Amino acid sequence: MRIIPEKTSIDFVGKRGIALVFSITMIVFSIFSLFFQGLNLGIDFSGGTLVEVGYQKPIELQKVREQLKKAGFQKTVVQHFGTTNDVLIRVAPTATQSSENISNKILETISTTDEVTLRRAEFVGPQVGEELRDDGGLAMIYALALILIYLALRFEYRFSFGAILALVHDVLITIGFFSITQIEFDLTVLAAILAVIGYSLNDTIVVYDRIRENFRKMRTEDTPTVINTSINHTLARTLMTSMTTLIVLLALYFLGGEVINSFSLALIFGVLIGTYSSIYIASSAIIFLKVSQADLILVEKEDADL
Amino acid sequence: MNRYPLWKNIFILIVLSLCVIYATPNIYPSQPALQISSTRTAVTKNLANEIKNDLEKSGINFHQVRYSEDGILVRFTDTKNQLKAAQRLRQQYLGKYTVALNLASTTPNWLRALEATPMNLGLDLRGGVHFLMEVDTAAALDNAYERSVTDMREQLRQEKIRYSGIKKTDDAIKISARSEEIQEQIEEVIKDQYFDSMDITTSPTSAEYFVIAKLKPDALKEVRRLAIAQNTTTLRKRVNELGVAEPVIQQQGKDRVVVQLPGVQDTARAKEILGATATLEFRLVDEQGDPFEARETGRVPIGDKLYYERNKNPVLLKKRVMLTGDYIIDASSGIDNNARPAVNITLDGKGARIFSKVTGDNVDRLMGVVFIETKSQAVYKDGKNKRITKKVEEVINVARIKEQLAKRFQITGLSSTVEARNLALLLRAGSLAAPMYIVEERTVGPSLGQQNIDLGTKSVLIGFLLVIIFMAIYYRVFGLVANIALGANLVMIVAIMSMIPGATLTLPGIAGIVLTVGMAVDANVLIFERIKEELQNNNSPQSSINLGYSKALSTIADANITTLIAALVLFVFGTGPIKGFAVTLSIGIICSMFTAIMGTRSLINIIYGRKHSPVLYI
Repeated sequence: MRIIPEKTSIDFVGKRGIALVFSITMIVFSIFSLFFQGLNLGIDFSGGTLVEVGYQKPIELQKVREQLKKAGFQKTVVQHFGTTNDVLIRVAPTATQSSENISNKILETISTTDEVTLRRAEFVGPQVGEELRDDGGLAMIYALALILIYLALRFEYRFSFGAILALVHDVLITIGFFSITQIEFDLTVLAAILAVIGYSLNDTIVVYDRIRENFRKMRTEDTPTVINTSINHTLARTLMTSMTTLIVLLALYFLGGEVINSFSLALIFGVLIGTYSSIYIASSAIIFLKVSQADLILVEKEDADL
Repeated sequence: MNRYPLWKNIFILIVLSLCVIYATPNIYPSQPALQISSTRTAVTKNLANEIKNDLEKSGINFHQVRYSEDGILVRFTDTKNQLKAAQRLRQQYLGKYTVALNLASTTPNWLRALEATPMNLGLDLRGGVHFLMEVDTAAALDNAYERSVTDMREQLRQEKIRYSGIKKTDDAIKISARSEEIQEQIEEVIKDQYFDSMDITTSPTSAEYFVIAKLKPDALKEVRRLAIAQNTTTLRKRVNELGVAEPVIQQQGKDRVVVQLPGVQDTARAKEILGATATLEFRLVDEQGDPFEARETGRVPIGDKLYYERNKNPVLLKKRVMLTGDYIIDASSGIDNNARPAVNITLDGKGARIFSKVTGDNVDRLMGVVFIETKSQAVYKDGKNKRITKKVEEVINVARIKEQLAKRFQITGLSSTVEARNLALLLRAGSLAAPMYIVEERTVGPSLGQQNIDLGTKSVLIGFLLVIIFMAIYYRVFGLVANIALGANLVMIVAIMSMIPGATLTLPGIAGIVLTVGMAVDANVLIFERIKEELQNNNSPQSSINLGYSKALSTIADANITTLIAALVLFVFGTGPIKGFAVTLSIGIICSMFTAIMGTRSLINIIYGRKHSPVLYI
């Protein structure tokens, strides 16, 4: 069976102008949104208290809000979580006494009138939130740096720049997506984005591997032809893998429960962008960086035994 | 011809059967149970029988009562009975035994003999509390300096050196003197005692005379290290007193401790006990001084300190401490002859010697019991969270020493039985070397935990099924082979997660597994697409298989190593949930290399390898 014709010869490289315009537009939108409205940081990064409770029957949010207001809680966000029986309450860090007890006080307040069960309570001190933010940023930078080094060793330094360019493109647009939609950005989303880095790279490397192979094989052809042939050769695989990964991610998104919704969403978006970028951006970068046959001839040929 | 040597096939078979064995315990469901143990006395077989009879009598259904030297395990068929029994047994054995909620595995004995155990489930899956506590190391330093001030004062007095004042400054101790001669004497005594832990300097001018003693950097580090070590030990004891099965108490980073309490729902009490700093001090009352006058004028007699009783009456107590709470080895709450809440205290040998001497020397004099608690307040200022700690010292009891006191005695003056019970627990478990604050909390209720398990398993299974169907339709025989490899991959991940002692399955961990399922087929997709290509290039089926596998190998390796790098970085930088994701992702990637490359090749070789030119269903 085939999802695409056996021998495709789509001119991907020729359409790189359109792709470039598309990508730049997306990046500009992302940066604008990040600059002007930022991310809707979850309590993992902003610090604060979060309590999820289950009521016996559907509950009006207004009632909960008033109860909390009367008890003296300021800056609270109250919303339904999953079903109308479940309520999520968030309190921003304030100058109140012993913030570590806020979750218990909230529970006490709302359980005076209704029977509620505690489903989840989280408290992150502002200090810890700040550290998680810094560590998260550092993790991203270290991951990129290590991958850059590995690729430079395995391929050629311009390939690794191309791959990193594609990665930054993917990460920026995925984070931009979270900024534009204002979906909560928490630790799990950060993990998802790091997984996207791994995935998108995976895709890019498969294409690059083929480009390197074809550069050595098709010595008479020019660079765009070699790249086009390589993308067409790997197209079936690229689409197949994206498809299987998307299948399980969709299963996770629809069945995995509210808690990992934004995690799966980040991955779904990231996989789509990653697939696109390994076809259009990573390979265009090679042309842009002027890699040619001559650069790869000297690279030793590896033929591992199985 | 494509054939694997026999040893390779056998090797694959052995690895897979081992994985099947070690993954099996996860099929057996765990049972709600109670763990009854004691830190002081051993549990006996009689106790097991007693519990059995008691439960039968009270009509609580249980599955089994099992006695072992570590404690008694009572299994239940449902959590309702477990909770009922816990409440009953806790009341029955209050203060004697700890009763902890637990989940007992039902793994059969033959598997247990092989050390095969189910995976550890994270708190987000089984319910419980996770605290990250920060040790206030600055307060530990303050305490260290305060102790040195007391010691130095004593030292100088013994040597009869007439210093004019000694006090703790911001980060040192300053001893002032009237003349250069006294300054030299002080310097000599202090240097003699403290040369290895403190830097001693003297006044550079003759305008005033003083000696400054400052802890050396190494000593500072040591003070911090000891504070964290003592706090960790104390936390462990307190958690044991609370009755929690399989708690985790671990240092994290420079000055933080992680406390994980599976199954704990009463977070308010847990917080109250974990962070509490209450302890006792015994001091003599200055019966000559007038405490009311001292309160009015602010002039406190030399060697005294002004305290207040709980009813706000002032009391003058001697600065010298007769005994601190550190010598208390056991404490239990009870009531005194007048039915007021009381705490019965037992001292260790050294404490008993000290106390019997000081009380013997001071019979008929008044003694005050000081209740000390460090209370902290979080102040959110300029976007920063600051801590203000306040030491609250209250005199809970003033009584005349009627006779020499020794190892065992009783104190009263507590406001409620709850306070008496908490104080007894804290005295038993020892005090914290420095206050601790909760900087992060994650509590998951039991219903959400079960829901997370159900949803996680469901999404893994459905995702897995969809991929299997898709692969079978698309790659036919090769797809089926890849599916078998994928199944083996899942079994391997579960087996390895169960085998590694520290590995814990969390919800993000399940997400990691789901992601691996999606990505594990990638290796096979790469190989199969390559084989198709080679067939199109008019290669023979056998050499197409061979070329497909060998040409795809370096691509697979590159792709997986980079993903592994990302997972490694996640593991190093991530905490809790992220680490769980990184662990399963890495294990998944490594396993997929084995199953998707070696595993499928072995099967393909068995199916097609012997035929001369087979028709490949791909």
